[in-house]
Amino acid sequence: MLRQVEGSRAVAEAVALCRPEVISAYPISPQTHIVEHLSDLVRTGDLDPCEYLMVESEFAAMSAAIGASATGARTYTATASQGLLYMVEALYNASGLGLPIVMTIANRAIGAPINIWNDHSDSMSQRDSGWIQLYAESNQEAVDMHIQAFQIAERVSLPVMVCMDGFILTHAYEEVDIPDQEAVDQFVPSFEPRQVLDPAQPVTIGAMVGPEAFFEVKYLAHAKQMEALDVIPEVAQRFAIDFGRPSGGLVRRYRTEGAETIIVALGSVLGTIESVVDELREAGVGVGALGIKSFRPFPLEEVREALTGACRVVVLEKALAVGRGGIVSTDVHEALHGTHVRCNTVVAGLGGRSITRESLRDLFERAGRDELGPLGFLDLKTDLVERELERAHGGTPSGPHEQNILNDIGVVAAGPH
Amino acid sequence: MTSPPRGRAEMFQVRIHGRGGQGVVTAAELLSLAAFAEGRHAQAFPTFGSERTGAPVTSFCRVDDSPIRIREPIAEPDALVIQDPTLLHQVDVFSGLATDGYVLLNSSRDFEELGLETLHDDRPASRALTIPATEIAREVIGRPLPNAVLLGGFAALTGLISMESLAGAIGEKFGGSVAEKNIAAASRAHDRVRDAIGEPARA
Repeated sequence: MLRQVEGSRAVAEAVALCRPEVISAYPISPQTHIVEHLSDLVRTGDLDPCEYLMVESEFAAMSAAIGASATGARTYTATASQGLLYMVEALYNASGLGLPIVMTIANRAIGAPINIWNDHSDSMSQRDSGWIQLYAESNQEAVDMHIQAFQIAERVSLPVMVCMDGFILTHAYEEVDIPDQEAVDQFVPSFEPRQVLDPAQPVTIGAMVGPEAFFEVKYLAHAKQMEALDVIPEVAQRFAIDFGRPSGGLVRRYRTEGAETIIVALGSVLGTIESVVDELREAGVGVGALGIKSFRPFPLEEVREALTGACRVVVLEKALAVGRGGIVSTDVHEALHGTHVRCNTVVAGLGGRSITRESLRDLFERAGRDELGPLGFLDLKTDLVERELERAHGGTPSGPHEQNILNDIGVVAAGPH
Repeated sequence: MTSPPRGRAEMFQVRIHGRGGQGVVTAAELLSLAAFAEGRHAQAFPTFGSERTGAPVTSFCRVDDSPIRIREPIAEPDALVIQDPTLLHQVDVFSGLATDGYVLLNSSRDFEELGLETLHDDRPASRALTIPATEIAREVIGRPLPNAVLLGGFAALTGLISMESLAGAIGEKFGGSVAEKNIAAASRAHDRVRDAIGEPARA
């Protein structure tokens, strides 16, 4: 049914429709509304049978999820930012053990400086954790991706992160078609685990493996992610047939045919980009967009195919690999290896900095004139940076950067007012 | 004579300013629920600052006849709702407002008394109003919560949504006596604004 609903609530309902048997979570902004609503559904008996574990930390949340999943229970959790970092050790265990846990990441920046707003630093930091990573463009897609995620996870026996932009999506009220239980039951079959901890038939999960076999077990995780490159589009295709709308998959092309410049991005910024693409196309400018829906596994072939016709590609990244630059663009570069397509990286939107149509228009224009360097920073206030660098190099102790810059712009309390 | 709102056929963008605890975020959500109930596309979202009671909070609502894809904050609103007049000294609330844009300010004083008479320079008097929303809320709801009251006034001022849809949205969000009281307070503001501008905006 089509409803006007908060993104977090829509996702909570979608997760409940998939009948998780164990949810273990610890609240952190901007993910809290999701697990709050799920705990309500468990309390009222609307989600039953399901055990909701209110644990003491994110590390415990993931550890409990690992235990639950190993006993064959369909398991869900959600987190963001520092919460995800606090889980890291357990994250690698979940993927290494091949446990099909589904987790929502309400994408948020990582401190310091402390910041609760959106960017992709949190999930990008776990790029190599062995989890499948899907990125939703809208709340509708977030709902649909969660329904697909359980099936993808269980078919390849790997955990899946569904990443949705914190606040921008989680706290947005917009229309979302939430499927009915019957349709979801048909789409998401009951969980048949590949391995089960069962006192009646004891097995060891997580045995110590030495140099004689570690490499092979690790490689299997990679092989399963490569398998997921087939499974993800299959599941998306079936979803489109069952529910009548395209959602998820590996990539989404938007007016890339005949485009000289294509922007590559992940998540909710794609909507804004697409609207700018429409404007520019109407003015006769050959631009397009490519949304990467599955970042891990990375669909090298699909990305290459979508981009090879372009003259240049701009990878818009909501995370910064400090000391290097882009993260997604490294993969896009590899996808374009051997072609003549030029590839620029632009870091944008860190810590909740708005990515506006005005800035995107300007970006497309500069890209079209080949004015972009290999690495750029959208709407970075360079004057503030230069002033602080000057202070830092001034010889006297200059104090904390964040306080100096806040003083320079005259902000007494953080936040866009 | 009020010209019809520009809400039909093109996107209409509302920015709401208030303080933590005044229901700023809820107001934008209610607006989107009411617009959705009228068969339109709507998107409401907040810009949280530090999440503290009393801190300045801004929320946004877009309404359109086509699906809404853009996600940037609203820099050039067609209408402003200001839930707390003390923000005028702290936040550039009028930033980017269309020259003929709507303004609804929570105050028992008029714009002249507030030193904001220039608001009427470029726009018809019926596009910028103050209403004593906190007083109405205190009286009808029993608590100084101005958000639903202002939305009642906003419905009459702009015609973007009807009072009926707003009442439906408040009922959907709250239910029970909280909804009833808020609907009553919103209706009072609605009637008051309608009387002030001389006719219902959506005749």
